[in-house]
Amino acid sequence: MAKFIIRRLLLLIPILLGLSLLIFLFIRLLPGDPASTILGERATPENIIRVREALGLDRPLHEQYLDYIGGLLQGDLGRSFLTNRDVVDDFLQRFPATIELTVTAMTFALALGIPLGMLTAKRRGTWIDNGGTILSLIGISIPIFFLGLMLKWLFAIQWPILPDSGRIDLIQYYIPPVTNMMTVDAIIAGEWGGFVDALRHLVLPGIALGTIPLAIIMRITRASVVDVLNEDYVRTAHAKGLRGGTVDTRHVLRNAMLPVVTVIGLQTGLLLGGAILTETIFGWGGVGKWMYDAVVANDYQIIQSGVLLLALIFVTVNLIVDVSYAFLNPRIRYS
Amino acid sequence: MSQAAATVDAVHDERAVGLWADAFRRMRRSKAAIIGGTIVGFFVLMAIFAPFIAPYDPTRGNLADSYLPPFTADHLFGTNVQGQDVFSRIVFGSRLTLGIAVLSVSIGVTVGAILGSLAGYFRGWVDAVIMRGVDIMLSIPGLLFAIAVVTWLGRGVIQIAIAIAIVNIPIFARLLRGSLLSLREADYVIAARSVGVGAGALLVQHMLPNAIGPLIVQATLALATAVVDAAALGFLGLGPPDPRTPEWGTMLSDTYRYLNDAVHLAFFPGIAIVISVLGFNLLGDGMREALDPKLRR
Repeated sequence: MAKFIIRRLLLLIPILLGLSLLIFLFIRLLPGDPASTILGERATPENIIRVREALGLDRPLHEQYLDYIGGLLQGDLGRSFLTNRDVVDDFLQRFPATIELTVTAMTFALALGIPLGMLTAKRRGTWIDNGGTILSLIGISIPIFFLGLMLKWLFAIQWPILPDSGRIDLIQYYIPPVTNMMTVDAIIAGEWGGFVDALRHLVLPGIALGTIPLAIIMRITRASVVDVLNEDYVRTAHAKGLRGGTVDTRHVLRNAMLPVVTVIGLQTGLLLGGAILTETIFGWGGVGKWMYDAVVANDYQIIQSGVLLLALIFVTVNLIVDVSYAFLNPRIRYS
Repeated sequence: MSQAAATVDAVHDERAVGLWADAFRRMRRSKAAIIGGTIVGFFVLMAIFAPFIAPYDPTRGNLADSYLPPFTADHLFGTNVQGQDVFSRIVFGSRLTLGIAVLSVSIGVTVGAILGSLAGYFRGWVDAVIMRGVDIMLSIPGLLFAIAVVTWLGRGVIQIAIAIAIVNIPIFARLLRGSLLSLREADYVIAARSVGVGAGALLVQHMLPNAIGPLIVQATLALATAVVDAAALGFLGLGPPDPRTPEWGTMLSDTYRYLNDAVHLAFFPGIAIVISVLGFNLLGDGMREALDPKLRR
């Protein structure tokens, strides 16, 4: 097991090196010169030369790359072209908000997706199953941004029962930032009204972001449970007189969970991408909104470093998922 | 002809139903494939005959007619802020959406299939290099990757298609490599090799035709994703550079500031996206069932 984890970690090194090279070349091969992007339209040639020197752009490519890797290893991903703020600082400040949103979305997806998948599998061939299948197909086909807009229109404009954007009512509550997760910080501050308000702000973006994983988890759970229901040991469990509920949880669900875990890992990547759309629609101050603003402002440094950081998180999550396999399924032995 | 020979011929005829004829026959029995195919066909016809269906020029607006509500005699889906007819824009938008989707998936399948064949057929260092590249590309969340590529290449329809194609390449490369690896050990491949069929002919004539089923299914499902991704790029303001170009995602983003009083501007293009994506998803699901040999009777 330890050997497997170490090997997987070692495999990450070439991937991350390759990624960093790709991203490095991205910046260098950009049409247009970063120096003139920073200085804007009225840059004088002297100023451009000075900024190029300051950024090290006048040196040979391989020296620049080694410098860049050196910086990466020390946690230096450069500075925003526009605000000159450290990219890593900016990222770390916003990432907790994205975690908060992603965890909410995934909780929503799992809490509904697994029971619904189980239900449709047990009632295979009935109208419940057909209805569920159609709903999950529609869920997969709805783009996040459209669902987000419609939720916002319905529950924040037409029937204003939920806030339409932001993470908390900033006029009513002041929550001192500790973890930068609004709900957690509100608890730390002992501000219960603020905690409830932060939760209310999570509902719509959480549903918007969680619907596609919900639909996928539901489908996978259904397929997987249908397979397991046909297994001999399930029949045996029923035959020896175990109650239906016990068989469902102990025998069926536990064995049907493996494919679902894979999907959770894969979905995390989609959630990180989807966060860009969700956070933009709901004014959620996370990494997604930050990346979007950088795209609009042509702040290449943020775009490229952001891609690297999010990719790092994505491969880490998938590593964790692979490892958790071994704990869930004793039949898999890693060597 | 003798009785026996006729019987042999009859038996032979029955077996002559090939993979494709068989798959097509079973697809016609699949409700998902029929509904999906109908939806896709509907949008394809809409794209081809757009000038005959759309009552107005999608790029031209009359400011005096801006913000008209939907379901009026003149404007079925209402008009937008520039007074352009939303229905006409959706009809013409299908050209761009389907065009981007088909172009991007074609590029993705072609390049991915070539890389996957090289990796799966030659193994060794070719395989290692290609698959590490695939791993790197798959480690970047798809939409993020597409955004980065579009900011890199610049805005434009072709650039969007390339961005989405690049996201698709590793998926197809990995898929085809997997199929080829399992086919390498198949009896008929070993037989063909042992009678001296060359590497190229072996790959193109014997292995690829048998690996292509899952590829087509995945390509259909990738069309659904491509429609969503193209619209997402448009929604994020990375759509076609000319704001008059009718593109479904861009139409949504144009309007989300006016959600308060003109929700129809977001509603109709959104529904167009949902239905077309649903069509591709249903068709892909139906085809998967039809082509899966395990399900074949």
